This record gives sequence, C-alpha cells and structure tokens, in this order.
Amino acid sequence: MNTKSLERSQKTGKIVTYAALVIGSIIMVFPFMWMILTSSKTVSESMQVPPTIFPNTIMLDNFFEAVKSLPFVSMYANTILMIVFRVVFAVLFSSMAGYAFAKLHFKGKNLLFGIVLMQMMLPSQIFIIPQYQMVAKLGIANSIAALVFPGLVSAFGTFFLRQAYLGIPNEVAEAAFLDGCNQWQTFTKVMFPLTSSSVAALTVFTAVFAYSDLMWPLVVNSDLKMMTLSSGLATLRGQFSTNFPVLMAGSLLAMLPMVILYLFFQKQFIEGIAMTGGK
Amino acid sequence: MHTNKLSRAARIEQNWGWFMVAPTIIGLLVLNVWPFIQTIYASFCEHLGFGHYKFIGLGNYINMFQNAEFWKATGNTLLFCVLTVPVGIFLSLLVAVMLNAKVKFKGGFRTIFFLPMVCAPAAVTMVWRWIFNADYGVLNQIFGTHVKWITDPNVALISCAIVAIWSSIGYDAVLLLSGLQNISKSYYEAASIDGASKITQFFKITLPMVSPTLFVTMIMRLMASIKVYDLIYMMVEETNPALTNVQSLIYLFYRESFVAGSRGSGSAIAVWTVLIIGIATLFQFWGQKKWVNYEI
Repeated sequence: MNTKSLERSQKTGKIVTYAALVIGSIIMVFPFMWMILTSSKTVSESMQVPPTIFPNTIMLDNFFEAVKSLPFVSMYANTILMIVFRVVFAVLFSSMAGYAFAKLHFKGKNLLFGIVLMQMMLPSQIFIIPQYQMVAKLGIANSIAALVFPGLVSAFGTFFLRQAYLGIPNEVAEAAFLDGCNQWQTFTKVMFPLTSSSVAALTVFTAVFAYSDLMWPLVVNSDLKMMTLSSGLATLRGQFSTNFPVLMAGSLLAMLPMVILYLFFQKQFIEGIAMTGGK
Repeated sequence: MHTNKLSRAARIEQNWGWFMVAPTIIGLLVLNVWPFIQTIYASFCEHLGFGHYKFIGLGNYINMFQNAEFWKATGNTLLFCVLTVPVGIFLSLLVAVMLNAKVKFKGGFRTIFFLPMVCAPAAVTMVWRWIFNADYGVLNQIFGTHVKWITDPNVALISCAIVAIWSSIGYDAVLLLSGLQNISKSYYEAASIDGASKITQFFKITLPMVSPTLFVTMIMRLMASIKVYDLIYMMVEETNPALTNVQSLIYLFYRESFVAGSRGSGSAIAVWTVLIIGIATLFQFWGQKKWVNYEI
C-alpha cells in the first residue's frame, strides 16, 4: 500500500467512526429528547398521527398534574434522606471494616471476610423476604428507616475499601505509630484521608444504586407519602396509563436532580462507577 | 519482657480489629446471613400469614417444577440473557474501541453514552413505553408499522431486551475502555510497521489484550441479566397479556412473594435463581480458560 491510499483509508476510517458515534449518540439521546418534547404536549397532540415533533405550545400543565397526583416533595425528600443515610453508613462502617481487614491482624479475619464475600455473591432478592419481615416486626414499615434498612452495612463497600487500604504501603501507618498515634488516630487522621478517591467512588455508586432501586421501596413503603421517586413513578404508571404527557412530565421530574448532578460531576460519576465496576 | 510487650501490642491490635469490623459483621449477620438461612428454610415451608411458617418438605419445589408459568419464567430469563449479553457486549466493545481512537469530543460522547446509568430504570422505561406504544408510539409511526411492541407475547421480551441494551452500553463501554487504555501503543506501532491492517490488529492485539476486562464485564452483565426485574416490571404491568411470556424469575418471585403472599414458594424461586447464577458463574469460569488471556 502506498502512503496516499493509506492516508485515504485512514480518512474513511475516521469518517466511519464519527458517523457511528454520532448515530449512536442520537439513539442514546433521542428517548430523553422525546420525553422532554412530549411532556409539553396536550394529550390530544401527543396522539396526533403523524406526530408533531415540537409541541404547539410550551405548557407546564402536565407538570402541575404530575405534582398534584403524586407527592413529589415528599418523594424527593424520602429519596434524598435514603441516599444520605445509606451513603453515611456505607462509608463509615465500610471504611472501618475495610481498614481492619486490610491492615490489622486479628483472629478469625479470614472467616469474617468470607461472610463479606458470601454476601457479595448472592443476589439481594434472596434476603428480601426475611428483611421485610424484620421491618414489619420492628414496626418501621413506611418510614425512612425502612428504606435505609438493608443498606445499613455494605459488603461491597467493605470489599472495595479494603482494596483501597491494601494499596497504601504499611510504612505510612508505621510512621503514624512512631509519631504517637494510636490505632484509631492512625485510621482517622492518616489512613482514611488517603482513600478519598475510593470513598468518592463508593458514594457515587451507593447513591445511584439506592436511587434506582425499585423492589425494596415498593415492598416496604406502600404509603404514597413514604415512596421514593422510583416507586412513586411505578404508581403513576398505573394512574395515568394512557396520559403519556403527564407520565413524561413525572419521569422528567424524577430524573432531573440526578441528571443535573451528573452533568456537573461527570468525571466523578463515570470514574466512580467505573472504579466500582464488577458489582 | 520484650516478647510480652509485643504480644500486648498485638492484643491491642486484635481488639481494634474486632471493634472495627464489628458493625459490618453484625450487620451482615442480621441482614444477610440469617435471612439467607431463613429463605432456604422458608422454601421448605408453607406461609401461614404474618410471618408464620409450617414445614412441608419439598412441596414448594414439587409444585414449582410442575408449574408451567415457572418454567416459562426460567425460559424468559435465559432468553433475555441470550438476547442482551452478546449484543450488548459487542456494541459496548465497539463503542469503547471507537472512543479509544483519536476522536474529538471523546468526553462528550462518553457522557452521552453513560447517561442512562444515572437515570432510574423506572423513569427510563416510562419513555420507552411511550416510544413503543402500538397506536401512537413514535417507533411505529416512523416505520409505518403496527407492531404491538409491549403487548404482543412474541415481541415484548425483545422490546425489553432493546431497552436493557440501550441502558447498559455506556456503562459496559466505560469498563472496557479502561481495559483498552492499558494496552501499550507500541504493539500497534509495531503491527503497523509490519503492515497489519486495523482489523487484523483488532483480532491479534486488542481482543486478546482486553479479554480479562471483557470477561469481567461479561460476567457482570450476565449476573445483572439473570436478576433482571425493574425494567420488565415497569414495561409489562400485571394486566398485560404478554406477562407470562416476558416475566423473569425475579419478577415471578416478586409477584409470588409480595402480591400473592406465598412466601414459601417465593423463597423456592429465589433459591432456584441463586442456583442458576451459581451454574452460570461456574460455566463462565470454566469457559474463560479457552479465550481469556492472562499471559501478557
């Protein structure tokens, strides 16, 4: 192959790549665009054949309708509280356990770590009936506590942060010891700050996972006021089975906060979730 | 004296170790280990209501294996895996390879492909229901067809698979991309000098070198596909005529345990799903020897 034809084939390759990426991106974005466009149409306009692409008028009635039929304010609050508590518990307890499993010597360590691995390998549905029965027995169904309940501890977080602590050389902890730190101070003042990027990744992972979770919130919180955005939407689906503009408005409201966060912190989201990949 | 002092330090370290793992271990014992045992036990019981169980031996399993709906759900789950995993992984690898080339707006493309990952499946599925709507959905309008994407028993599972693939491409591509970025550029330079075409380079360099990442991504995608629930639940409501042709094992588990309230047979379905996951994992680890390359 002479250089000229090589150059030409490279050029076509580039064009094909861009074309494929652009078409792919359109397919990825189209549902979101269609959601936004439909949310502003009237029901009759949404059912026009052929469909209008842009709504005839920009109207917010569908959003008002969605907010009227579902307690969006409580749903936002419930979702945020569930995420905050799950993240705090996962980070706190998993950091402690991850550090101990990585750096400390104690009897029964391997056996106890086996429990962590076992939980990670089993699907969460195998635990859900007994967990639900515990929530019912404790009398905390329909509460924030019920939403947080299965996320009080995180086997995955423990495993993930243990990896992070394994990556820190032992000398760091030894130096802290020589400076007079006790175990707890070594952990909180020296070691924990060194895992900040892993903690950020675990935070993103825990938040997105909790936000997407559907079965647990549906099972434990049947009271509309105690639903999360996900389980609330499932209810809305039943109420407005054919009124798609309202359904689109409701879905948009449920998606918006996380999407905005994502657009601001793309790097942290993508790298965080990629780092935690494997779960 | 010296050893005594050392063992005292070791004892303190041991106490700290126990103290620091205690919340997690106690939590796991209460929230996972005990429930796991309970679920297995419950699968041999009849649920009498209000959390009371009566031991009935293999009854649930016998009923389950004689139940056509159960076998249909198992079949649906496996078919869903077959529909989503190969196509999804292939497309993700394609996207990852393209993003690994020297393209402009790489970050922008990555952000777009990854977007469904941060959207709750409940919300995303809603718009797909609208796109797939038989009478007014934009898909039928574009192609001038009248396919009942969601209510035709022969089509609905394919529609669900399309949404699943669309949702997971970006995530899998990001994982694969990190594997691709670890391949040293010098391999490609050497191959170019030898006159190897891009396609040869892909099969001789890229694919073998990325195979460990590809393996992890595939296992993960397979696990997620076996456990599929939320997407199908949102797409196909319980009154949909296509329900039995689409319902996955976990969907059936949900209906059995929490809608019908038969937690005994629900538990049996959960145990069965765990078995399938275990078998699938073994199968993959056995198969990886044939194609995953850990040499380099």
